[in-house]
Amino acid sequence: MATLELGIDEQVAAGPAGRTRRLGPLFWAAVGWTVFILAAAALASLLPLPSPTDMDMLERRAPMSLQHWLGTDGLGRDELARLIHGARISLTVGLCAPVIGVAIGGALGMLAGYFRGRFETLVVGSMDVLLAFPPLILALAVTAYLGQSLLNLTCILGVLGIPAFMRVARAATLTLSRREFVIAAQALGATHVRILLRELLPNVFLPLLAFFLLGVAVTIVVEGALSFLGLGVPPPISSWGSMIGEGRESLEIAPRLAFIPAIAMFLTVLSFNLIGDTLRALTDPRQGAL
Amino acid sequence: MLGFVARRLLYLVPVLVAVSLLTFLIASLLPGDLAYVILGDQATPEKVAALRHDLGLDQPVWWRYLSWLGHVLEGDFGRSFRTGQTVLQAVAERLPVSLELMFFAEIAGLAIGVPVAIACAVRSGSAFDRFMTGSAFGMLSVPTFLSAILLIYLFAVELRWLPATGYVPFAEDPVANLRFMVLPALTLALAEWPGIMRVLRSDMIATLQEDYIALAKAKGLKASRILFVHALKPSSLTLITVTGINIGRLIGGALIVETIFALPGIGRLLVGAIYTRDLIILQGVVLFVAGGFVVMNFVVDMLYAVLDPRIRHGHA
Amino acid sequence: MTEPALLSVEDVSVDLPTPRGNLRAVDHVDLTVGAGRTLGIVGESGCGKTMLSRAILHLLPKKAKLSGRVMFDGQDLVRLDPERLRKLRGRSLAVVFQDPMTSLNPVLTIGTQLIETLQEHLELDGAAAKRRSAELLAAVGIPAPEQRLTQYPHQLSGGMRQRVAIAIALSCEPKLLIADEPTTALDVTIQAQILDLLAREQRRRHMAMIIITHDLGVVAGRTDEVAVMYAGRVVERAPTPLLFKNMHMPYTQALLAAIPRIDAAPHTPLPAISGRPPDPTRPLQGCSFAPRCRYATGLCHREKPALTPAESPEHRFACFHPILAPAGVGA
Repeated sequence: MATLELGIDEQVAAGPAGRTRRLGPLFWAAVGWTVFILAAAALASLLPLPSPTDMDMLERRAPMSLQHWLGTDGLGRDELARLIHGARISLTVGLCAPVIGVAIGGALGMLAGYFRGRFETLVVGSMDVLLAFPPLILALAVTAYLGQSLLNLTCILGVLGIPAFMRVARAATLTLSRREFVIAAQALGATHVRILLRELLPNVFLPLLAFFLLGVAVTIVVEGALSFLGLGVPPPISSWGSMIGEGRESLEIAPRLAFIPAIAMFLTVLSFNLIGDTLRALTDPRQGAL
Repeated sequence: MLGFVARRLLYLVPVLVAVSLLTFLIASLLPGDLAYVILGDQATPEKVAALRHDLGLDQPVWWRYLSWLGHVLEGDFGRSFRTGQTVLQAVAERLPVSLELMFFAEIAGLAIGVPVAIACAVRSGSAFDRFMTGSAFGMLSVPTFLSAILLIYLFAVELRWLPATGYVPFAEDPVANLRFMVLPALTLALAEWPGIMRVLRSDMIATLQEDYIALAKAKGLKASRILFVHALKPSSLTLITVTGINIGRLIGGALIVETIFALPGIGRLLVGAIYTRDLIILQGVVLFVAGGFVVMNFVVDMLYAVLDPRIRHGHA
Repeated sequence: MTEPALLSVEDVSVDLPTPRGNLRAVDHVDLTVGAGRTLGIVGESGCGKTMLSRAILHLLPKKAKLSGRVMFDGQDLVRLDPERLRKLRGRSLAVVFQDPMTSLNPVLTIGTQLIETLQEHLELDGAAAKRRSAELLAAVGIPAPEQRLTQYPHQLSGGMRQRVAIAIALSCEPKLLIADEPTTALDVTIQAQILDLLAREQRRRHMAMIIITHDLGVVAGRTDEVAVMYAGRVVERAPTPLLFKNMHMPYTQALLAAIPRIDAAPHTPLPAISGRPPDPTRPLQGCSFAPRCRYATGLCHREKPALTPAESPEHRFACFHPILAPAGVGA
């Protein structure tokens, strides 16, 4: 008797907690914002914008006007131009760093999950060491030694993402390796390379992609925090984080200088989180686990 | 139980060694000669060579690592060449501030997250539940430094209720100390509660479906007892795990918050050391924090084992 | 029955909304249990017997809709205010669930789980509650009861845990005990012990009991009356001896035939009931058992048979083509 009726209990329980399989308007709004901000950042130099570095000491902290849509900052630079060029930096780091993480972490995770044995122990162990550092501390320490540059920042944030991607790839590979199609391929004498690339990679790809989007959100936040502290991208390049950091100085006179980039950053991070989370929920059989 | 502790302790050793090695390598192998940092770029090669010899920089790397590790094991983390303070002195001076901050932040995070999670789990699917779940998801996208600025703007600039920056030791003036702590702790708590709430909520929803909850109801127990003893106690294990996972983020968050609110804690010590290129302090503090983090994770593991009778009796 | 019934279930239906549509788990059920009497509810998985027991206890899932009346001791449990219902549960109305692995809280000691009930309803102080808990554990046949009080459920075997669950149910001397498949999750060797324990305690305490099971063999010697459920409805109801002597509903007969017989020749195939119970989200127009019934006619597919009295008024069945020969023949 228990079989059917327990089933019902679960369905009743899953009703409110489980998310709908259809993609809601919120998801499409997030996609829309992401596309918009990516396009604006990519086309920044083609847009009819004033230079983000031109200072105009007579027009410091000018209010919003036709000439300066979002006003000017403490050095008389056009806020809109800085916002869009800042998006370039934030998104470049935000997208490139997780690419490093997903490439190295994903490869290590798949190899560890497929070959198991000593190699897996070694990989998992070294990831534990990397995880032993609070991520922000490690990022700060390394950029401090290496010197501040866009490349260094991207690399270190990428390395910090490796353990998380490794875990996702390894977990997915571990379960997939026991599935019939992999065993069948092995029985047919397929090489390891072929199994990894043709059988496993396409299946590990989706969870990794979902996690990649969440990684973008995290990276934008961490880059923002570093630049906010003045330890991220070196001036005069400015990302959203450094704009917020500068805006903080004039919080009492012109709070918008901090809040405009803050809103842009929040919306972007939220969008990547939403898209990533929706994708993950679609690919993850265990619904709403975290 | 003892075997469990021993195994975890044994695992701790290689991790700590690897952490120290990594910390050392970051500091020594990367470009930037400590002697030039101390003496400045205009220093004569003779002076640099002499200082390098004094600092042992002319020795091979492995030898430098071992002697550094030896000193660390004796409790000598080095001495700042700028302030003359030893790393341990500096850490001992700043640590209470950071611990106080993280303590209040975790308390506030739990004070927000746990009641919200319980209320949502009891009425899962209701408008309240959907609203709070959505808010928590939104809050996860707000970086710490954003909420810090928002809180400063609201409570310090607009309402002028609380100071934006500054610090007074608790022993000197408890009330002023707490006033300085409110905004920083609240900032961190705002980042903490969504994680706590989301995990505890889904865990409680699952727990409330359990047979033993149905039996507790059938026993005629009061709703409060069912909720707080029968449902929350099993879920408290999950809560400890979440807290453990959050420690790393909390340390990072504390670093930012201490810098923004000018609290003289470990995070500010670290950021200050970076600004002034004080590599000895930097290396010492990173090692200290990473080591502390590893040990804290170990403690959380142990706490988990102590609280779960199934692990305690070796049934896990 | 002349004495006033302790429990009477009157026209109770339970509806569950599911993604596939409304599911009628219990369909217009009437039952009565007199004080100190035992009732067996028998049926296969999914027939609605557990939902019926949850409806009596008012422990249905939040979204379930319940209609009808559940009169217990002169009060309608369905419309009783929650506080008074709470005082009744555990005190006069107790339950033992199917799986003792999941029905005891894993992070609370046995003692806590026993004592909290006693303190809630009997207002015993700590020491008295502890003493009484140890007595209860001894009464259900648990050795070294004082030590067990400080142990956690996972430290006990399945049979021992079910004994603990029974001790909890008996703790406040309930008037009615509902045992929902109390032995299904246990080893075969333990099943009889637990059933005998329940029967013994039931007689000793003169409490009424409902045993829910899929096994006609379980109710055979241990109940006063049996109700057979199929697809949410009671399809046959009779005093136990009468039912076994002269069952009328083909489904009851099929259930009985599905019990392995110890005197059968080796390798005799078990006569399983062919087909599956109907999809409860798509109610049939006629008799729910018709698609699986060897006696079914066009009438059975068009109309639902009502519960009608047989030779004696206590024996009722819902079938257009009852089996009139004594049980065991023609199955």
